[in-house]
Amino acid sequence: MDYSDKIAHQVAAIPRSGIRDFFDLVQGRDDVISLGVGEPDFATPWSIREAAIFSLERGQTSYTSNLGLLQLRESITNYVSDFFKVDYDASTEVIVTVGVSEAIDLALRALLNPGDEVIYHEPCYVSYSPSISMAYGVGVPVQTHKADAFALHPAELEKAITPRSRVLMLNFPTNPTGAVMSADELAEIAKICVKHDLIVLSDEIYSELRYDTDEHVSIASMPGMRERTILLHGFSKAFAMTGFRLGYACAPAPLIDAMMKIHQYAMLCAPITSQAAAIEALENGLPAMEKMRESYHQRRDFLVRRLNEMGIDCHLPGGAFYVFPDISKFGLSSMEFAMKLLEAEDVAAVPGTAFGDGGDGFLRCCYATSFEELRTAMDRLERFIKTL
Amino acid sequence: MKIIITENESMNDPLLTLLQQKARYTDLELADILSLSEAEVSARIAAWEADGTILGYRAVVDSQKVANKGVAAFIEVKVTPERGGGFDGMAMRIARFDQVVSCYLTSGGYDLMLVVRGKDLLEVARFVSEKLSTISGVISSATHFHLKTYKDNGFLFQQEELHERLPVTP
Repeated sequence: MDYSDKIAHQVAAIPRSGIRDFFDLVQGRDDVISLGVGEPDFATPWSIREAAIFSLERGQTSYTSNLGLLQLRESITNYVSDFFKVDYDASTEVIVTVGVSEAIDLALRALLNPGDEVIYHEPCYVSYSPSISMAYGVGVPVQTHKADAFALHPAELEKAITPRSRVLMLNFPTNPTGAVMSADELAEIAKICVKHDLIVLSDEIYSELRYDTDEHVSIASMPGMRERTILLHGFSKAFAMTGFRLGYACAPAPLIDAMMKIHQYAMLCAPITSQAAAIEALENGLPAMEKMRESYHQRRDFLVRRLNEMGIDCHLPGGAFYVFPDISKFGLSSMEFAMKLLEAEDVAAVPGTAFGDGGDGFLRCCYATSFEELRTAMDRLERFIKTL
Repeated sequence: MKIIITENESMNDPLLTLLQQKARYTDLELADILSLSEAEVSARIAAWEADGTILGYRAVVDSQKVANKGVAAFIEVKVTPERGGGFDGMAMRIARFDQVVSCYLTSGGYDLMLVVRGKDLLEVARFVSEKLSTISGVISSATHFHLKTYKDNGFLFQQEELHERLPVTP
């Protein structure tokens, strides 16, 4: 059967993932040190795993409310109030989802009419552009630059706005650049969103993983922004719970209600075992999270120092667990550089182009891997660039 | 490896924390991890060794994997505190025996908790009956022989199987 005309046009039009291409190259090779992962190298802290086991032992194996267990939503609103300085009503303004990825999909499908434009900053997480397309929206990337430490420049945002602009997607700290935005910088963005009546989809999944003195600031906490922001967060990164697949969205009730309409038919609810684990994470998991954060901090500093010492220009990223060094001076595309590095030295780092065209000339290196491996990877990278 | 440190010292110093996790880190490795100079790391460790904060370094060994295992016992000891010296004099008198590998003053139903090692049950039993119980001021003791270790000084003895992450993920 010819399936080519059986696949929906907007799905067929989605290009193959650059991450997927690179994965296929790395898969099956032994002795590769991978800086290509996008998840913590810690197992989930034991007390959280134990809470999941206890939940199973008690026979908690049913569906939950579509929005998620009320106890979890209450824990979430308390945590969000403390950490993000925004208050939400646990019964109407929070929805628990299967990872932030689902929440992004729900929000876009709930907000967009066909042809509506969604502005997002590039380089960015791989799912943004396809998620917009699958919701019949039109993605409008705005490039961020090394000179701005990959923060979103207000003037560039304003240039991208048209009468069809409906949503702005933000992700600070950013995967893949580790970029963060200060309160002052975000205030400029917030003003533009109010002026042009944009809804902001703020993916703050890395917000606990900040390493310098500035605290994380959510755009939802800025004047006039709570009413127009869908704050997205989850458990994967800060609590090392990627496999639990649990995220959430906080927003005014009408927006959550619209997202819930899709979630209830597509997903029904997030897995109850993961929800039980997440309650433990929020109630008792903070000390374990702090230890992991400290370890990432040490590794970030080491990696940035080694890269710069060997002559690879790398800005100091304020958050997440990625560095995004500039390899443009070696005269190779990101993909060529990454493939040659893999071939010659068995080190895998993801080409920047996997995160948008603006990522060419950069590599994403994840430092959520053991110190010994990071050290070896840097030694090999240093040897490699001497051959170029 | 574990490091033995005296009580009441800050457990939060990141250098000390790393040494307690793995005393065999080289000074260069520690310097890399903490973004310090190698000389600074060496100097700080030397200072701790000099002032008795760091008392020594030794390996954490799974005795099940060693041919000559010996036996160990946890012994609860009730003692009469001495006038003037409180529990310290009694505790040090007991702690100085080679057979006693650890000695702690505790709250609760007894006063001292000892870890005692010997080559066999008989040797430990003889130590209790001939040495420990005969010390004037020792009121009573209860000996619990060690059967199996699950965790010691932060090290799990049954290591978790390493779960392989996918090599490249978004």
